[in-house]
Amino acid sequence: MFAELNSILNTFPDKFSQEEFIIISERRCDASFLIHHFLSFYLRARCKVCFLGLVQSFSHYNAVSQRLGVNLVQAKEKGQLVFLEGLQESLSHLVPQEGQAGSEALNFLGDPTKGLQDLFQFVRSSCSGPSGALGCTDRSGGPEEWGPPVLLVDDLGVLLSLGVSVGTVLDFSHYCRATVCSRLQGNVVMLLHCDEEEDDGDDEGAEQLLKGLTHQCSLTLHVQGLPTGYCRDIHGQMEVCWRRQQADEQHTLNKLFQYKVHDKGASFFARGTSSAFL
Amino acid sequence: MAAPVSGVGNPGVRSSSLNSTSFQKKTRSKLLSIPGTRPSVQNGQLLVSTGVTSLDFLLGGGLAVGAVLLIEEDYYDSYSRMILKYFLAEGVVCQHELFVASAQDSPNDILQELPSPIMDDVAIPKPVEQPRLSSEPQDSLDTMKIAWRYQNLPKVQSTLTSSSRFGHYYDVSKTMEAEIRQAAKCHCFNLPDHPQQTTPSYSPTLESYSALLKSLQEVIQKEGFAGKSRNILRIGLHSLGSSLWGDDLCCCDNPKHTHALTTFLYGLRALLRSSLAVAVVTVPSHLIQNRALMGRIAKLSDTAIALESFKGSERETNPLYKDYHGLLHVRQVPHLNCLASQFPDHKDLAFKLKRKQFSIERLHLPPDLSETVSRVSRGEVPGATGAASACGSSTNKHLDF
Repeated sequence: MFAELNSILNTFPDKFSQEEFIIISERRCDASFLIHHFLSFYLRARCKVCFLGLVQSFSHYNAVSQRLGVNLVQAKEKGQLVFLEGLQESLSHLVPQEGQAGSEALNFLGDPTKGLQDLFQFVRSSCSGPSGALGCTDRSGGPEEWGPPVLLVDDLGVLLSLGVSVGTVLDFSHYCRATVCSRLQGNVVMLLHCDEEEDDGDDEGAEQLLKGLTHQCSLTLHVQGLPTGYCRDIHGQMEVCWRRQQADEQHTLNKLFQYKVHDKGASFFARGTSSAFL
Repeated sequence: MAAPVSGVGNPGVRSSSLNSTSFQKKTRSKLLSIPGTRPSVQNGQLLVSTGVTSLDFLLGGGLAVGAVLLIEEDYYDSYSRMILKYFLAEGVVCQHELFVASAQDSPNDILQELPSPIMDDVAIPKPVEQPRLSSEPQDSLDTMKIAWRYQNLPKVQSTLTSSSRFGHYYDVSKTMEAEIRQAAKCHCFNLPDHPQQTTPSYSPTLESYSALLKSLQEVIQKEGFAGKSRNILRIGLHSLGSSLWGDDLCCCDNPKHTHALTTFLYGLRALLRSSLAVAVVTVPSHLIQNRALMGRIAKLSDTAIALESFKGSERETNPLYKDYHGLLHVRQVPHLNCLASQFPDHKDLAFKLKRKQFSIERLHLPPDLSETVSRVSRGEVPGATGAASACGSSTNKHLDF
């Protein structure tokens, strides 16, 4: 959890807005540090988190989260975190073996007609399931109550790479938003990687997907590398776009920051005010 | 020697059992003593050498076990093949097991051409000096006769080397002797040997890639790399994505199997993450027209570099590049188990294949030694997209006093 980012977005573990659909788009850079931020933020805020970690293994996320002060293994045991490890579960579909059926959620790998319905069922059951493990109790003796459910997806571009069409992913995100945001009053955070594309006749998936998602979301974080080239001290720039006006504050709809990722966090600063130059 | 550890596949933090003090540094690495590996200084990850010491330095010490290195081939596949051979030769020298897959040449041909390691004592390159090569005639740079004031100042470190003997050096003009090569265990996958059967059910990726994944998983499970083995499996996949694998990525503008290679890379990474294996994959990216797809392929691998050789292009005769054989672009650096990736300091790198070393250096422009006062712009510089033209308007100002 990055303190500077909390103050930029005006969210804190004890006071954050609900029913938010947050999109992180990355272009020419790696914005997964934001996913780690949101993961540790919502775990600290005692929400029930469903994390679709399709890019890296569980131990990677665990190692980074430990540096940010959150223990994923404990959260999983307590029932606060439901983790889908894409790499491990996909193997049973990609290299089919007898007697070993993988997780149902990744059924789209074996059968394209099914679409992402199984994945959505997985998300729905983990977000609206009983919020607490049977084994652990709080002081009053009942199962621990967690806050509103949160869905984190890292990263939607992997679904496109695995052959899912853009329309299917848009449907999936719409269903997730309807379930988690509207019905369960939770939040959804999705990461999408899109690259610079030439002006071909047929527009490829990621740009279309980004436009469709930006239309649905309430907050977008566009992360990209510096337009002037590569710099060692400034890793990129981040543009924060709010689509809904917050009721109690007026602020500009767009803000632009530059950032640098450290070992234990990231620092955000206004353009030109990097500590390397001042 | 590190402490013997009971199992390999256990996740989670593990502490050494030999330490008698109460202070135990908890690292993410499994404290195994596998020859040819060392833990990374940044995050304790287990690293292997790629066979090219400059490339090890670029990657932050070496290639992480469980990671994929993607090499975008140059036009004639000469230097990327060279790096693949260095990688496999390093595996032979460190007594790792090898797995070579190829659709074009027989994997045995690749294995016959491995460079011979230089076994006798190689001069350990000091961090501030360039390594000496006996094959190149060099003036004695030790004692400066004219600029003796600069004798004691440190030299600019342009060659990327590290000061430990983690990697080995190879002599490209000789091939590895048969006895050394046969001491290492090699598994070969030659695509023509695996006839394609059209399966009735849907397969997420192409037949050839499925067969390759299956064969890889069999080897990993049989030899125990996912469980009890204490050796590394080095996987070299040559020219994936080319038409010989049955993929039409490289020959069509709108390929039918857009996600065959990406699905395969995803499955490969899934296999590697749960076993003690490293993979180097070369892809002929100059044939792939769809740049977004290439970006997605690079994103699915942990490290991605691209080689651009000067052979056959107009840059070969460009005096700016006379010291180098090509440019090296770093497309992606990994950040495994940590938040920030280790970016290289400079991104304009060039490589040069010498007889005993494949060196990767920062691109330096040679000094301008012309007699005209104004510098004539000699064609393009790296990074500029202007047309390569020797601008003719050199002002011939001969200053005569």
